[in-house]
Amino acid sequence: MLSFQLLSTVRLGIKSLLLHKLRSGLTMLGIIFGVCSVIAMLAIGEGASYEAQEAIKKLGSNNILVRSLKPPEASRQQGGGGGPGPRGLSLKYGLTYADAARLQQTIPGVKYVVPMRIIRENVRFGRNEVPCQVIGTLPVYTEVTQVDVLRGRFLTDLDELYKNNVCVITAGLARRLFPTEDPMQHSVKIDAFYYRVVGIIQETGKAEQRTQTGPMEGQPLDNNVYIPLSTSRTRFGEVLIRRLAGSIEAEEVQLHQVTVQMEDTAAVQTADPQIRTLLKHFHDQNDYELIVPLELLRQAEATKRRFNIVLGSIAAISLLVGGIGIMNIMLANVTERTREIGVRRALGAKRRDITLQFLVETVVLSVGGGLVGVAVGMLTPVVVSVATDMKTIVTLWSVLVAFGISGAVGIIFGLYPARAAALLDPIEALRHE
Amino acid sequence: MNSVASPPAPHPPPAAPPPGAGDGRPIIGLQAIHKIYALGEEAQVHALRGVDLAITAGSYLAIMGPSGSGKSTLLNLLGCLDRPTAGRYFLGGEDVSQMSDDQLSEVRGRRIGFIFQSYNLIPQLSVLENIQVPLLYQGLDLRAYEDRCVELARLVGLGDRLHHRPNQLSGGQQQRVAIARSLVNDPLMILADEPTGNLDSKTGAEVLDLIDRLNHQGKTIVLVTHDDRVASRAHRVIHMRDGLIDREVLNRPAPGRAASAHA
Repeated sequence: MLSFQLLSTVRLGIKSLLLHKLRSGLTMLGIIFGVCSVIAMLAIGEGASYEAQEAIKKLGSNNILVRSLKPPEASRQQGGGGGPGPRGLSLKYGLTYADAARLQQTIPGVKYVVPMRIIRENVRFGRNEVPCQVIGTLPVYTEVTQVDVLRGRFLTDLDELYKNNVCVITAGLARRLFPTEDPMQHSVKIDAFYYRVVGIIQETGKAEQRTQTGPMEGQPLDNNVYIPLSTSRTRFGEVLIRRLAGSIEAEEVQLHQVTVQMEDTAAVQTADPQIRTLLKHFHDQNDYELIVPLELLRQAEATKRRFNIVLGSIAAISLLVGGIGIMNIMLANVTERTREIGVRRALGAKRRDITLQFLVETVVLSVGGGLVGVAVGMLTPVVVSVATDMKTIVTLWSVLVAFGISGAVGIIFGLYPARAAALLDPIEALRHE
Repeated sequence: MNSVASPPAPHPPPAAPPPGAGDGRPIIGLQAIHKIYALGEEAQVHALRGVDLAITAGSYLAIMGPSGSGKSTLLNLLGCLDRPTAGRYFLGGEDVSQMSDDQLSEVRGRRIGFIFQSYNLIPQLSVLENIQVPLLYQGLDLRAYEDRCVELARLVGLGDRLHHRPNQLSGGQQQRVAIARSLVNDPLMILADEPTGNLDSKTGAEVLDLIDRLNHQGKTIVLVTHDDRVASRAHRVIHMRDGLIDREVLNRPAPGRAASAHA
């Protein structure tokens, strides 16, 4: 019986709202925009932070990355003179083999230390030439970075021991360098030497690709060639010469990056300051940087939380504005329908019947707006994704929250007008023109 | 348009008036009713100054009087829209003078049928739905009473307009819908406030004929009017002046008394 009454009240509410279609529609717009913006904004925010977190996770949450950095003072010296760089004098900076060994020996909880030399060179096969990162590293590289070996094998200890001229290339490079041939049966030429292709891998981690700047900019990110570290030392030497727009830049860098993998995330936190102290002791200039993915992840999460609070506030304000719009219209509605209220009271409606009638009307308005808002709000991120290539994620909770709030807005902002309607004196209301 | 007694009542009708036969028992009794309106700090308006009135079942009473005579106040009290400041009001054996707002709503919904000067139909509802409104607030399942409502619409000659909106009807038709609405809860009394005030004389006469017919079938009618010709249709006319019943005119005996006179 009660549900039947409620149902007929809802039907009556819809009927009354349909009497003023334009007015009801405009009132709903406030809620529609509010709900839609909540869902869309949260979806975009969620998508952005998801991408950032995925990128950080790929660096490995158990890893600490130490990178060589050209000290700022040194680059000023070189560039400031205006003329060519100091000939015969190479700029020496960065991590050393000794650093790698010390990290391995002194820091507790270290699982692997993977040194890397990263050299930009063109890799050639026949007439194909592709600018690449030539990475000299150890076989344990596969332990700290997620690597799928598609064909053949990765580098081995024997390669390292005998300084073999072998290389492992990424799938993307294989496609570009060997459009028709089978890469496994050929050698590629890097600088002056040939390296036999022994494996093709798919990189899922992005540790090295982050360093692709300068001449590599704009290139596909998966042009990597892996060679044994010992081979890299002997073939390329310690002094790397780069020709840049007429000037020659010589720098001596032993290692470009050292990835330290810790036993677990707890060890990462204790090792972070230890590594800093250790490196500071042996480096008199600031020529390295520490990247702690775990820390980045924490920061990303904190940022996301702050972002959500800001979005939530904006959404709350827009829903508040929508709610005030609804309240305004409902108050006008009550005044306009004073006569009807009087008639209903005379015909036996109790105060709570009138309250319910107007409350239901407001809730129908706001929930209707909420439903449309949810639909539009779920569509908007799709459009944004297609138009801007941004990743968006519509979470269930954002839809539920937005919809729930729209209902709550209806009740909160409908209560006062409904109460005002119910408290009208039936005699006065009947006399109202 | 023939019989009003046939449709089933929404609830067992009160024991007092069996349909179609006024037995002369008072169903409405006012005893020394006072109504005082406070208009601010000191000023008071003494709208009713001790009205005594008894209305028997099946009678047809007209209330007349100049404006300011307390006529409207009396009507509001009779309609349970207001409470007297002092005095007692018995409606169908119940003292309603001290009831709460909710209880009064209940009494209005069950025992009183209202007919207003300006029809007061609800614009967004159809004819049928307008007739159903009093049932809605008694917590009844409207579907069970749809036949009754259709019957009432037919009774007032609007059986073919069930799904029209009030703004698609003429004034006379709207007033007839209002009459059907006043009957749907099978009330103890029908209160009509200037029912022909907004109608031309021809349509007004038709509406009054309909009210006459209802009275013949046993409905108790209380009608407020300015118009002597309208009042002349009633059994009994009371004239109000300065918050009191000034004089009372009996046009013809009420059916109950007529019956006893013949016996």
